[in-house]
Amino acid sequence: MTDRLLDVKNLHAGYGPIAVLHGLDFHVSEGEIVVILGANGAGKTTTLRAVSGMIDRTGSIELAGKSIASAKAPDLVRAGVAHVPQGRGTLPELSVEDNLRVGAYIRNDNEIDADIEQWFQAYPVLGERKNQRAGSLSGGEQQMLAVARALMSRPTLLLLDEPSLGLAPIIVADLFERFAEINKELGTTMLVVEQNAQLALGIADRGYVIESGEMFAEGPAGELINDDAIRRAYLGV
Amino acid sequence: MDLFLQRIFDGLSNGATYALIAMALVMIFKATTLINFAQGEFAMFGGFIVLVLATEQGLPMWIAVIVGMLISAVLAAGIERTLIRPFDPADHLPLVIITLGLFLAINAIAGIVWRFDPRAFPELFPSGKAMSIAGATLSWYTVFTMITILVVAGGLTLLLNKTKVGLAFRAVSSNLESSELVGIKVGPTLQFGWAIAAAVGTLGVSVFVASPFRQLEPQVMVTGLIFAVSAAALGGLDSLGGAILGGLAIGLVQSIAVPYLGVPTELSLLAAVVVLLLVLLFKPSGLFGTPQVERV
Repeated sequence: MTDRLLDVKNLHAGYGPIAVLHGLDFHVSEGEIVVILGANGAGKTTTLRAVSGMIDRTGSIELAGKSIASAKAPDLVRAGVAHVPQGRGTLPELSVEDNLRVGAYIRNDNEIDADIEQWFQAYPVLGERKNQRAGSLSGGEQQMLAVARALMSRPTLLLLDEPSLGLAPIIVADLFERFAEINKELGTTMLVVEQNAQLALGIADRGYVIESGEMFAEGPAGELINDDAIRRAYLGV
Repeated sequence: MDLFLQRIFDGLSNGATYALIAMALVMIFKATTLINFAQGEFAMFGGFIVLVLATEQGLPMWIAVIVGMLISAVLAAGIERTLIRPFDPADHLPLVIITLGLFLAINAIAGIVWRFDPRAFPELFPSGKAMSIAGATLSWYTVFTMITILVVAGGLTLLLNKTKVGLAFRAVSSNLESSELVGIKVGPTLQFGWAIAAAVGTLGVSVFVASPFRQLEPQVMVTGLIFAVSAAALGGLDSLGGAILGGLAIGLVQSIAVPYLGVPTELSLLAAVVVLLLVLLFKPSGLFGTPQVERV
């Protein structure tokens, strides 16, 4: 299975004495968008934090065939994993431009300015406010900035933690459209954790449903969205 | 009138040292929201290193100051690594106790090594008066202390805003988790802040005791720290410009308000504490500090 960019087996993680994940198996193939669904407290955020090295975990985690199970967050960025945490991962006191610049912290090439300029063109609102503090942007703008900030590190794998949280439905729809575009244009593989199952499955190739830290269901996005039991239990439709 | 002007000049030159130590405090506060109570003692220790380099090793004074700044930066980096980093940065109480412990320990070590007698410190700036204005003397010492704080503030501003390590430092000040998620190693970045702060502090004390009216002794910064903390709080704790204005303001309060209000000199420390109290009561974010506002 060489096309598996991320391959996770028997993942256990938690906070101190509290175990949250009880042996998850999942994988993300190169170029895919994979979504992890689940109710509040199911362990979605913990899964992402375990993958990106924000918390201690055990089990096997391989990125492009190499074990990353003991790597810490700053090293994982260098390995090509970018994580947009829940609740906007911006640096609120820094300007919009500095947020993008710090996103390229691990890079030493001379295309950083050009990349920043590209984001300003793709999302003119960021360009217009490049000298404003990121904290002064609206929720949707901050979420877009957080994603752009993450992509500035030129990751091979982008982890998105509930990007829809606290945003108006119309903004969320627009945001997910942009994720699909980024996936297509940059070829960035994405692992998305979401409560908004309809939208997330709409752009995803495959999905997993977790319940109380264990895998409950998995399958192609089209199948999950039509599975009656899952629809009733998790998708709220 | 001439006496009033003279007091302003004196206040400014005292205030310059408070401003330098306050800037050192601000560097650490920006990154950790922690006040390093040992900052004044770090600076005093650095001052002794400069004195040793200049008088015993025979280095030219300015070289001695620069080498002393480097040595104190390395020492502070070592202290950060061994005594600060093992503790959770979000839990302030243990860290505050450690800085208080460092305060006592460094003071005692300096006393053991160099004794508690005051020592003459070589002059750093040309002596004598630069000019007379309306009967008041503006000394070269005052002129150069003012230039020094402007150079330091300019240097720190460039360092923070134009370099990669400065960007990392500002990122860590803003959000620890997001900083790690862009690949910044938080520990070494904070260590950089401690090192810079110690270097600035060493310069601050060197400038302070380079005055012909002062000498270097282990207690030299004990009250100075209180003035500097008041200055930093007045300026907003996270603003370098605020630290400068705060330092100069505290210096002026000390040299103007105290004599005109008839407060005995022994109580001039009280003036700083009163300023600190007023700031905390009426404008907790200081003159230029970032108010703590969160979007919910």
